[in-house]
Formats: sequence, C-alpha cells, structure tokens
Amino acid sequence: MTNELVIQAENLTKTFGSFTAVDAISFSVRKGEIFGFLGANGAGKTTAMKMLIGISTPSAGKATVAGFDVSSEAEKIKKNIGYMSQKFALYDDLTVKQNITFFGGIYGLSRAQIKLKTAELVEELDLKEVVNQLVGALPLGWKQKISFSVSLLHNPKIVFLDEPTGGVDPITRRQFWEMIYKAANNGTTVFVTTHYMDEAEYCDRVSIMVNGKIEALDSPKNLKTQFGVENMNDVFLKLARG
Amino acid sequence: MKTIGYIIQKEFRQIFRNKAMLPIIFIMPLFQLIILSNAATFDVKNIKFSYIDHDHSAMSRALIEKFNTSSYFNVITDFPSAALANSAMLSGEVDVILEIPQHFERDLAKDKYAPLGITINAIDGAAAGIENVYISQIIQGFNRNIRPELMQQGQASNLMKSINTIPLFWYNETLNYKTFMVPGILVLLVTMITLFLSGMNIVREKEIGTLEQINVTPIKKSQFIIGKLFPFWVIGLALLSVGLIIAKLIFDVPMLGSLVLMYGYTSVYILVILGIGLFISNFTDTQQQAMFISWFFIVIFILMSGLFTPIESMPKWAQTITDFNPIKYFVQVMRMVMLKGSSLTDIMPQLLKTLAFAVIMNGLAVWSYRKTS
Ligand SMILES: Nc1ncnc2c1ncn2[C@@H]1O[C@H](COP(=O)(O)OP(=O)(O)OP(=O)(O)O)[C@@H](O)[C@H]1O
Ligand SMILES: [Mg+2]
Repeated sequence: MTNELVIQAENLTKTFGSFTAVDAISFSVRKGEIFGFLGANGAGKTTAMKMLIGISTPSAGKATVAGFDVSSEAEKIKKNIGYMSQKFALYDDLTVKQNITFFGGIYGLSRAQIKLKTAELVEELDLKEVVNQLVGALPLGWKQKISFSVSLLHNPKIVFLDEPTGGVDPITRRQFWEMIYKAANNGTTVFVTTHYMDEAEYCDRVSIMVNGKIEALDSPKNLKTQFGVENMNDVFLKLARG
Repeated sequence: MKTIGYIIQKEFRQIFRNKAMLPIIFIMPLFQLIILSNAATFDVKNIKFSYIDHDHSAMSRALIEKFNTSSYFNVITDFPSAALANSAMLSGEVDVILEIPQHFERDLAKDKYAPLGITINAIDGAAAGIENVYISQIIQGFNRNIRPELMQQGQASNLMKSINTIPLFWYNETLNYKTFMVPGILVLLVTMITLFLSGMNIVREKEIGTLEQINVTPIKKSQFIIGKLFPFWVIGLALLSVGLIIAKLIFDVPMLGSLVLMYGYTSVYILVILGIGLFISNFTDTQQQAMFISWFFIVIFILMSGLFTPIESMPKWAQTITDFNPIKYFVQVMRMVMLKGSSLTDIMPQLLKTLAFAVIMNGLAVWSYRKTS
C-alpha cells in the first residue's frame, strides 16, 4: 500500500428534492486499500458510490477518482474503474461466456484478450461445467463471483463493490473475500459496501455512514478501541443508535 | 466500430434466445396482415338504393335497371318527391338517392348532355366515397354524356371534396380493396413491431439494472445507441420482406415500382420509428410506461395516416397535424411504389420529409440519452 490517494471526496453531497441522501461527506482512499463503506439501509452508501463512479452528478462538493473529477471527467473515470452493482447486473439470458465476451468487448479488449481472460476465469473459478450455461440458471453465489470477475476484466485501478455478498452462504462469502484479497494484492483498490460486520473486520479501513453523514472512519482495530468494544458489530450498533 | 459489433452480437443473441419473442415478431404480424387485410376492406355491398324518376322515359327506366342488375345495389323504392326521399335517408332507410330530372331523355338526345342528381348518405365517409365511385362507374358505363351531380344533404356538406380525392380508384382499376389495404397494413406492422421492440428494449435494461452496468463503462453514447438500434432496423426490413412476399403470394398485390426504392425508403423510415422508440425509452422507467406511451402515439399516427379515413375529409387543423405523421408518408409511398410504380422523383417529397424526421428524432434521442443522472 502506498500513500497515493486514488479517491478523494470533499463535502460530496447529493440531494433528491429537499431530501439529502448524502450529506457533505469527506474522505480519501489510498491505492491498494480495501476500504469498507458501512451504513444501515438507506444511509446513502449506494448514492455516494454512484457519484464516485460517474453515473450520478453531485449536488454539491467534489470528488476525484483515479485523478479525474467526477463531475467533469466522468467518462475518463469509467476507463479506470470496475463496478459491481447492488442489483445483479449480468445478462440472465446470455451464457457465462457470452457475458464475458460482451463486457470485455465494450471495455475495448481484443478478441484474443477476451479469449485469454475467459480461459483464465474458467480455470480460477472452476467454471468448466457452466461456462456455456445461461447465467440466469446459476446459483446466486456463482453469479456474484462471475459478476466480480467481469468487473475486473479490464484490469481497473479501482473496483467498486456494492453489497457483493448480499444473500450468499458463508462459504461462498469466504471465497469471495479471497478473491477480493487477490485483487488488492494485485494493486487494485477495493471500495466495498457490506452489511456483514465480520466482513468489515477484513477491511483495511472502514467508514460508517449514518443518515447521509460519515460518523466514523478508521481501521477496524482503532474503531474498536475508540468505542471500547470487542467487535465491529458493537461499533456499528453504538453509532447507529446514536 | 468494434464496440458496436459486440453490442449488435449481444442483441441478436438475446433476440434469438427468446423463443417466445421470435414468433411474436414474425408470425403474429403475418396473421394480422392476413386478418386485417380481409376485414378492413372498404368493399361496400348491398347499398340501399332509391330513386326519384321525374322523366318516366325508356332511358330513365334503363338506367334504373342498370343499378338493379348491379350486385352492389339493392333497389328498394322509388319516391314521388325529393322530400320523402330525404326523410327516408335521414331515418337510415336508404343510402343513395338518384334523382332523374324531367326531360332527361330529351336533353341527352338534343344537347348530348344531361345532369343527374345523386345524394349519398355520408355518415360513413369512406363508404360514401366508394358508393360514389360505383355510381359514377355505372352511369359512365350507361352513357358517357351524363354528368352526375352530387347533391348536398345534411352531413354530406364536405362529401364532394372527399369523394373526389379518394385516390384508390385511379390506380386500382379492378376496385380490389385488398390490393389497396395490404400495403397500408404492412406499414402498420413494420411500424408497430419496430416501435414496440425498440421502445421496450432499453427500458427493459433499465428495469433489470444492466443499463447502469453499461453506463459505468467508457462506451460512447452513439456507439451504444447504434448497436442497440441496428438489430431492430434489420428486423424491420426483414418484416417488410416477409410482408411483401405474403402480399404477392396470398393477395396477389402487384409490385409495379422498384424494390430497391421500396427498401431504400423503408430503411430511412425505420430510423424515424427507432428514434421515437429510443426517445420514449429515455423518458420512461418501466416497460409498462413505455408501452402506454408507444400505444398513444401509434393510435394517433394510425388514425391520422389516411389509411382508414381519407386525410382530405379531416378538418383543416387535423390535416396540418398529419403533416408531422411519418406513417402517413410511408402509407403514401408504399401505395405509390407498389400500386402506381412511382419513381424516386415521385416520392422525393415524402422521402425528404422522412429523412428530416429521422435526423430530428434520432438527434433528440441521442441528446436525451443520459449516462449520468
Ligand atoms: N433517485 C432517488 N430519488 C429519491 N430518493 C432516492 C433516490 N435514490 C436513493 N434515494 C434515497 O436516498 C436514501 C439513500 O439511499 P441509498 O440507496 O444510497 O442507501 P444505501 O445506503 O445504499 O441503502 P442499502 O443498504 O439499503 O442499499 C434512501 O432514503 C433512498 O430512498
Ligand atoms: Mg445500497
């Protein structure tokens, strides 16, 4: 991990009418870091993430991602990031292979690269049996892992994961986090939201959002000391109760 | 360019994967073509015919006999006076009143010219137009020197205009209404299918969340849109082909003009419809909304296309609106090229307007497509 900052947000704000979903949040993320973005349902995590990935324009404040401004250089940011949405977003009516081909293709990979990547993924995720099956027919855990791999196809500098392990079993979650570690070891910065507090413990640093504001931001260890509790679960409960 | 290729590949894969969709795209429209063309015929039979004979000559009786033997007319009554005849028409007992003036036979012999009064119940404008043509044909067949004069009665006030301008008789001499309707209904099919498919398609990706996934890629708006719309453009042209084959094989509709011209014009026309579809999908969040809005436009476009009701019999303001109706131009071009053998020069006005619509609609669609909200 270096000290190079790949995400910098300053008073980043999003309002919907009179409702402030994200309220002047400021934070930064270092290159290669696994940054946990926690918060209760409706805290504003997805909304904040959408501003960072350039599909939602901030109402106020500013942020840079991979060195580019989210308001004015969104398309440049998109070349440098991967994104896995909270809503599963591969094509159910295409096979695993066809999904990889499509997303590889629109990220500008060559046919040869796509072929290579597909072979790699089949090997790594043990997809031999299912690579020609429709994605819609696969169990959720598989879908999520494939979806994560697809978001990494173009070797992005930063990958944004919005509740990537929602609804999957503990074994698959463990495997998923191994994949996250592997990506981080390769120098990819990981920005991840989760509702599982055991996963929060795996992050280098976490921020906790309450009602659109970041109420705490530090390493899990420091947070536990700061709040005088045993685990992240208690940190979260203390903050969320206010 | 390569990126567009990947999108097109994906779209076709999805279309062909969807086993329920292909029949909807290709089989259903053909059923519609066959059913509608047979049902939406303007063929008018058993016209309730009456007459007032002030002449009582051999000539006038011969003329009435002509109507009597025609399979289209049922001669029901002769009326002693116009007043009685008119009240019978008001109550719906008769459709047509033929009034033969006094000295009809004498005038015809002496002046080589005789007027003849015809009143047509024009509550159903389209039927009235056809009745008028039947009547004129019978009279002309009887004696070229007779000049039928349309009488004005009640709702018939704008009848004269609409009758003279119903174009079908000029180019469809056998008075075969299927020949006339098939090209028009083909227009509807191409339009409806391409509009619904394109309008629904992008909204569907919005609904399932894949559009967001695409919006976080560095893909250019234009690449995405071209890739998305191209498959539907191909489907539209395929539909035209199947329709033309059916028209030829089942309805024996002639193709007097150039096929190249037909396809050339349709290519531009489909772009207009795809632009509208995309525009709709940009402003809707669910397939349901998109469907309703598409229906709204389709119904207006169809009813104001001149396909079922002659544009000339619409009020002036409505006629002005039809100038902005792409379906109207497609119906015209289709009929002109197929039934009249019109050339590029003949359809140039329609082609230029359609081209302008294509540029405007697609410009608006691309402009209103947002990768960022
Ligand atoms: N487009 C929108 N228009 C209006 N309100 C919105 C919009 N998007 C989000 N919100 C509101 O903003 C708030 C934050 O939503 P957001 O989805 O960011 O929460 P979240 O932290 O991701 O929650 P979850 O853990 O459930 O995913 C919610 O109250 C939500 O209803
Ligand atoms: Mg969320």
